[in-house]
Amino acid sequence: MKISIIYNVFIRDFRKQKKRITLTLVALVWGTISIMLLLGFGEGLHQQMTVNDKGLGEGIAIVWGGQTSIPYKGMGKGRRIRLHVDDMEYIKGRIPEVKEIGGQYDRWGVNLKYGDQVVSEHCVGLTPNYEHMRNLIPEQGGRMINNLDLKLKRRVVFLGDNIANRLLGEGDPVGEQILLNSVPFTIIGVMIPKLQNSSYGGMDENQVSIPLTTFKAIFGDLYLDNIVYQITDVNRNEEIEKKLYEVMGERYKFDPEDERALSVWDTVASKKEFDNIMFGIQIFMGIIGGLTLLIAGVGVANIMYVSIKERTREIGIKMAMGAKRSYILTQFLLEALLITFGGGVLGMAISYILTEGFKRIPIESDVLNMMGRPTISIEIGLLVIAILSIMGVVAGLFPAMRASSVNPVESLRYE
Amino acid sequence: MIKMKQVVKKYTTGKVEFTALKGIDLHIRKGELSAVMGPSGSGKSTLMNIIGCLDVPSSGAYTLEGRDVGQLTSNDLAEIRNKKIGFVFQAFNLLPYATAYENVEIPLLFAGAKAKQRKERVMELLSRVGLADKVANRPTEMSGGEMQRVAIARALANEPDVILADEPTGNLDSQSGGEIVKLFHELWESGKTIIIITHDSNIAGTAERIIKLKDGMIESNGTRPQ
Repeated sequence: MKISIIYNVFIRDFRKQKKRITLTLVALVWGTISIMLLLGFGEGLHQQMTVNDKGLGEGIAIVWGGQTSIPYKGMGKGRRIRLHVDDMEYIKGRIPEVKEIGGQYDRWGVNLKYGDQVVSEHCVGLTPNYEHMRNLIPEQGGRMINNLDLKLKRRVVFLGDNIANRLLGEGDPVGEQILLNSVPFTIIGVMIPKLQNSSYGGMDENQVSIPLTTFKAIFGDLYLDNIVYQITDVNRNEEIEKKLYEVMGERYKFDPEDERALSVWDTVASKKEFDNIMFGIQIFMGIIGGLTLLIAGVGVANIMYVSIKERTREIGIKMAMGAKRSYILTQFLLEALLITFGGGVLGMAISYILTEGFKRIPIESDVLNMMGRPTISIEIGLLVIAILSIMGVVAGLFPAMRASSVNPVESLRYE
Repeated sequence: MIKMKQVVKKYTTGKVEFTALKGIDLHIRKGELSAVMGPSGSGKSTLMNIIGCLDVPSSGAYTLEGRDVGQLTSNDLAEIRNKKIGFVFQAFNLLPYATAYENVEIPLLFAGAKAKQRKERVMELLSRVGLADKVANRPTEMSGGEMQRVAIARALANEPDVILADEPTGNLDSQSGGEIVKLFHELWESGKTIIIITHDSNIAGTAERIIKLKDGMIESNGTRPQ
């Protein structure tokens, strides 16, 4: 009997107060959306920056030659240390933690000609393992330089996606002939487009890659421009870098403590630094999110409080007509729960639609690429809804409890 | 029916204590039509709130149909307000967002009446007060007299024995007021106990008995108007 009374009153009143309920809902929906979007874009940015960071390659270090700055074993400082092709084998043989090692020659201003098109670009002679170390992944139908190319000094070329486009335009470039400084080369593959936010010597999308051995045969370089290695355990990066100085110091007679004899860019260390910055940003976003949640919560609480407070007289009338206190409280609790929960779920749904819509914006732009893919987290969404609901319900129930606990006469007098 | 013995009601606002009723002895029989008169602040409304179980005495005994109101729980009081007493207020106290129909339905809802019963009863009551054609009107779409008739229909919803009216014609013009008074007389003739608080000696003059209050005490009790 009692439940049917509450149900009847509840349904009737709920229908009657569309305007008030709509306004409260809008406030809740807005609160939920602003938090969800803020956190969603923050998470998307984080993910995208992480993806971009992988463009260069994961867990790799790049080594360049340098100049000694400390006298060592009777030799003065200022001696040049250069990298040789057989250093790769040497290092790998002595440092077992090095999983892969490769090297490259660089040359800028190499002329490429296809038909009437001529472009001048950065040409690299490299080892096949760059495919996975440096993420030079071929598009379907093509391939990267392999060991046989290296062994036979084949005149084959692997193009970055941007330069392939500029030189050959649309259509399948694999198998086409181009002239590289007037020497004919066959295109064997084009790189899959990738996002890269760090580089040395140029972006991979504009890079012309040929086998290391072919490069040496054509250009006659004596020294490698740099060596790239990948380690088995990214957590031991510092230890391995130290070993590298020892091994190379022994080979080229320099002090292992001499940091300028070689220069090493350890992307693992950079990655750790980057992760720390990202973590900082996440804390920052968390604080902003928390404060926004608080503001939204206060807004919701305010609206619930005022809208229930305004109904003090209504509570008085109902009590004079024989409503028990429990009826009043149950009705208002139900109402507050329904509004806050409904608003939260609606806000989450709209946030989802907005972020999905944002992902589908068909414009290519660097900014959009960096904004990435805003991601709505269900767990955070439910937490936001729960917190807003609790704040709203408590704020709404408080005046209802007050209005129904004093005697009806006082509630009736409320203006 | 209504018996009061040395009923005292005190209010405290902050540190100030105010005694609205200073020992009321009153006996109202079933079927009586009484008018309560007295200057502002004499305790008329407080007396009515206590009779109507909207408020409880600070001390003294109040028995309604043999039950000691002082001993009842708030749920019991709600039940009495729902079934035994019908209120008519000066300010009407209708729910502004609800239609005439829905306002009259309120006491029936809290009594747990079935949908079909509620509908029959509401229609019967609204035609009894002459508003069968205003069922779907909201308070803002009605005149003061019409609103007060809705309130009377609402007061009658659960067939209460006692009708309490606090200045029922206070906000009405004399013609509408006259119609309302006529309605109360009809109800009295049908056997209801009716208590009307009023300033208007014309209205009081139509009552069986006039109770005069002054400074929280009964000045005269049951004098027939001259």
